[in-house]
Amino acid sequence: MLVEKKPGFLHKFYLIEIITGLLITMRNMLFAKKVTIQYPEERRHYSNRYRGLHYIKAVNGVENCTACMLCPTVCPAECIHIEAGERDDKEKYPVTFEIDIMRCCYCGFCEEACPKDAIKLSNIYEMAQYHREQGIYDKAALVVQRGEK
Amino acid sequence: MENTDWIIMGAKVALIVLVLLQVVPMMVWIERRGSALMQNRLGPNRVGPLGLFQSLADVVKFIAKEDMVPDHVNKFYFWMAPAVVLIPAFMTLAVVPFAGDIEILGRLVHMQVADLNVGVLYIFSIASLGVYGIIMAGWSSNNKYSLLGSLRSSAQMISYELSMGLSIIGIVMVFGSVNLREIVIGQGAELLPYIPKWGIFIQPVGFIIFLASVYAETNRLPFDLPEGESEIVAGYHLEYGSMKFALFFMAEYINMVTASALLTSLFFGGYLLLPGMGYLVAPISSIITKIIEVPNPLEWARIILEMVSFTLKVSFFMWLFVWVRWTLPRFRYDQLMDLGWKVFLPLSLGNIVVTGVLIYYKVI
Repeated sequence: MLVEKKPGFLHKFYLIEIITGLLITMRNMLFAKKVTIQYPEERRHYSNRYRGLHYIKAVNGVENCTACMLCPTVCPAECIHIEAGERDDKEKYPVTFEIDIMRCCYCGFCEEACPKDAIKLSNIYEMAQYHREQGIYDKAALVVQRGEK
Repeated sequence: MENTDWIIMGAKVALIVLVLLQVVPMMVWIERRGSALMQNRLGPNRVGPLGLFQSLADVVKFIAKEDMVPDHVNKFYFWMAPAVVLIPAFMTLAVVPFAGDIEILGRLVHMQVADLNVGVLYIFSIASLGVYGIIMAGWSSNNKYSLLGSLRSSAQMISYELSMGLSIIGIVMVFGSVNLREIVIGQGAELLPYIPKWGIFIQPVGFIIFLASVYAETNRLPFDLPEGESEIVAGYHLEYGSMKFALFFMAEYINMVTASALLTSLFFGGYLLLPGMGYLVAPISSIITKIIEVPNPLEWARIILEMVSFTLKVSFFMWLFVWVRWTLPRFRYDQLMDLGWKVFLPLSLGNIVVTGVLIYYKVI
């Protein structure tokens, strides 16, 4: 149903409406809670399911990864590069494990595909770097335990 | 003129120009912080205390930036336009009195740069020169959006200058002068007990018309169609960058100062003391005598307080500019023209008639 609002006589002058509007902005300015997060000091709270920078889970300093190549296979951005090798006890392990975090789209498929619970996505979202080479994380950088997952 | 006169004149000019130059970065900061707070943000608060040095950093940026001149512009007018906009903006404040008279070294000094007997007319004539700069900028840019912006600006200025000029005729009729100093002094009289004869009390309709027209004249929201970011990108200063853009920016803010000073002088008693400030004259004069030996400390205290109250009144209107800008949306172009020609023009003409009748029957 079309409701027709008939503006009153005073309404036509706009002046009262303008003053009401001015008071609203003033109220907002003085009393409203400010939504700005002052970034380096204040941080937004992210949930534990947030998908950030990767790490490889390690137990007693030995990474869980067995270089099964499931994560580079499932990776849609093709940013994971693994070279497999053999340990002395005949166990397969990644000799090199590189993730190009500038190509990564943080979809979390690798984490989902991993049968050994090795590759994980942490809560870290600050990955800025000065040079392109720093964007490629090698094994030593990935074994750093960045979360509790 | 003798040397002393030259020194006094130079001091007054320096004061006005320096104040105007200082107001611009201050106002930019106030505008950015104020708008941010109104939108529940915080605004620039990193550079210096409360972000006060943000404008300083911006100035460095403006100067250091590459001064681009596009190939397709008319170079002569392109370079001239910012100056043509800025110079009238600086010139207009010359006739506004910012304090009362005082005797220095045996001569009576008016606290205004030029005591013209055509004060208000001078302001209107100089202020309307600014539109030439805007047209030059728009035309020389050789860009359709710029040209549209400058056309809008000139149409808007011409239609609002009319009602602006007519709206203060009431004031001129009441005080019998176009000299701003005499108008301000006239407002010191008492209208009713405890109510001074300020322009706002005797010409409320004229005040509203003048206020709205001034917003249109300075191209501020809700009448900022010459810029109209969402429609014509940035209007007349679209092709300008670095310091040339900064000059347009400065001119806009200086025009705001002039408009506020004019509103204050015509409708809010100019430099006349705010209610209650009269009690401060004696304490301040005793402070002055402690610091420096002057023959007339009471007068000096009065001058200082008058400057303070003038600044306070002007600041209020400057704040109103910011406040209104972040409250009201932009008018549509036909609405703007309707308001100018169909509402304000007849209203201001009617105002003159009513004022004439009231003066004839000696009500005001």
